Amino acid sequence: MITGVAALGMGLAVIGAGLGIGNVGSKAMESIARQPEAVGDIRSNMILMAALVEGAALIAIVMCYLVA
Amino acid sequence: MRKILLTFCCVLSLCFLAFAQGHEGHDHSHDGHSHSTEAHDSHGTHGCFEEGSHEFNPGNTAFHHISDQNVFSIGPWQLPLPCILYAKDSGKWDFFSSGKFHPDGHGVGEFAYNKYVLFEGMVHRVKDAGFPDGHIELGHHMVQEVEVEGEKKVYVCYEGEKYEALYKSTADGGLFGGGVTNFFDFSLTKNVISMFVVFLLLGWMFIRIANMYKKREGQAPKGIQSLIEPVFIFIQDEVAKPFLGHKWEVYLPYLMALFFSILGLNLFGQIPFLGNANVTGNLAFTAVLAIFTFLVVNLSGNKHYWEHTLWMPGVPAWLKLFILTPVEILGLFIKPLTLMLRLFANITAGHMVLVIFVGLIFVFAQGNWGGVLGTSVGSGLLTIFMMSIELLVAFIQAFVFTILTASYIGAATEEAHH
Repeated sequence: MITGVAALGMGLAVIGAGLGIGNVGSKAMESIARQPEAVGDIRSNMILMAALVEGAALIAIVMCYLVA
Repeated sequence: MRKILLTFCCVLSLCFLAFAQGHEGHDHSHDGHSHSTEAHDSHGTHGCFEEGSHEFNPGNTAFHHISDQNVFSIGPWQLPLPCILYAKDSGKWDFFSSGKFHPDGHGVGEFAYNKYVLFEGMVHRVKDAGFPDGHIELGHHMVQEVEVEGEKKVYVCYEGEKYEALYKSTADGGLFGGGVTNFFDFSLTKNVISMFVVFLLLGWMFIRIANMYKKREGQAPKGIQSLIEPVFIFIQDEVAKPFLGHKWEVYLPYLMALFFSILGLNLFGQIPFLGNANVTGNLAFTAVLAIFTFLVVNLSGNKHYWEHTLWMPGVPAWLKLFILTPVEILGLFIKPLTLMLRLFANITAGHMVLVIFVGLIFVFAQGNWGGVLGTSVGSGLLTIFMMSIELLVAFIQAFVFTILTASYIGAATEEAHH
């Protein structure tokens, strides 16, 4: 029972991270299209933001793993 | 360059300690004699073990492939590695080669040595004190994993009796089958050996490049110089300078050491059939890197950093006391924790996905040749696709670790603007 709930929690965390990283990626692509000369700055900031979003999801996933 | 090398050496020695570390555990004495009752109903071809327990489990196989091992498997060969083991109950040290176990193709030892046995490439120790010491022949497939009351345990079959064997406890906190145990493992395992190899290669490479820069001053880069220079300049200009301001030169060696050691280990783990060491996918290793970052960030933090962490100006005292300061203090530890988990999870997930894609062949193609061919081609293509993604991930994760470290250091050393 608790394993199933934990697995569900992992899935929910991944949905959240997917939405977050998808948003970061889409906005970054948009801004690169608007301003191609700023591609270097945008790229490194995009990766930084994606990594921060991922961090929150990772903590949730590890919590789920520890509960299961 | 010398600073980078020095940092490499520090990382190397500390990681080695972390790998070798074990911790105290307590024995469950109540199931210590369970083997004698189970031994009576033993029959079948595998001595004490029941037949039909060889169902393929892709998840299990994946976990076994990503964990550290006491043999180095190159293709079908199992290279023996040195074992340095300490038994808690007898207080005895054992130094021998894991070739003494005579491991078969799956890394299951056919011999026991001083109560130690090899199961899936990992040293286990028999719990029962009645098990004889010395070099003993067990035979083929005499060490197996059996599920007892929902818990998986490793059993050794010797002269028709089952003996429970325990796994070493690791710095993974028992996450991958560690936990309570009766011995410490200080062996040079697969991960340690790969780490030595990669760090020696990197050291050799960087010394060579440094000498080339000295010899060919003012000339265009040549050979391996032209491979590394753009990467080095990229990290220097995109990571160190924007985040660290005018102090970038102080922290550049640390950032470079982090970047190139993570990248080197990631890429080394991606080489197929060469041990596939999962060093950066090991919590002990990433924890050491994260602890280094934690120390560098907090030791170089200036007055403003600590003021804004512990007692920020312009906020009511009750708010600081009950909400902001506790959250900020938690944040100090969550930052390196996420660094540790991010690298570990990304690399481990990559390795696991590869093994599971290959494992699909064994799940879907149960003995018929059409199925074998079809799924082999299918998962072969999937695996090649995943491996190219993993090459990208190897770079991105090394970059992310470095850029986050740089941003944390930058936040800790920034001068006040107000």
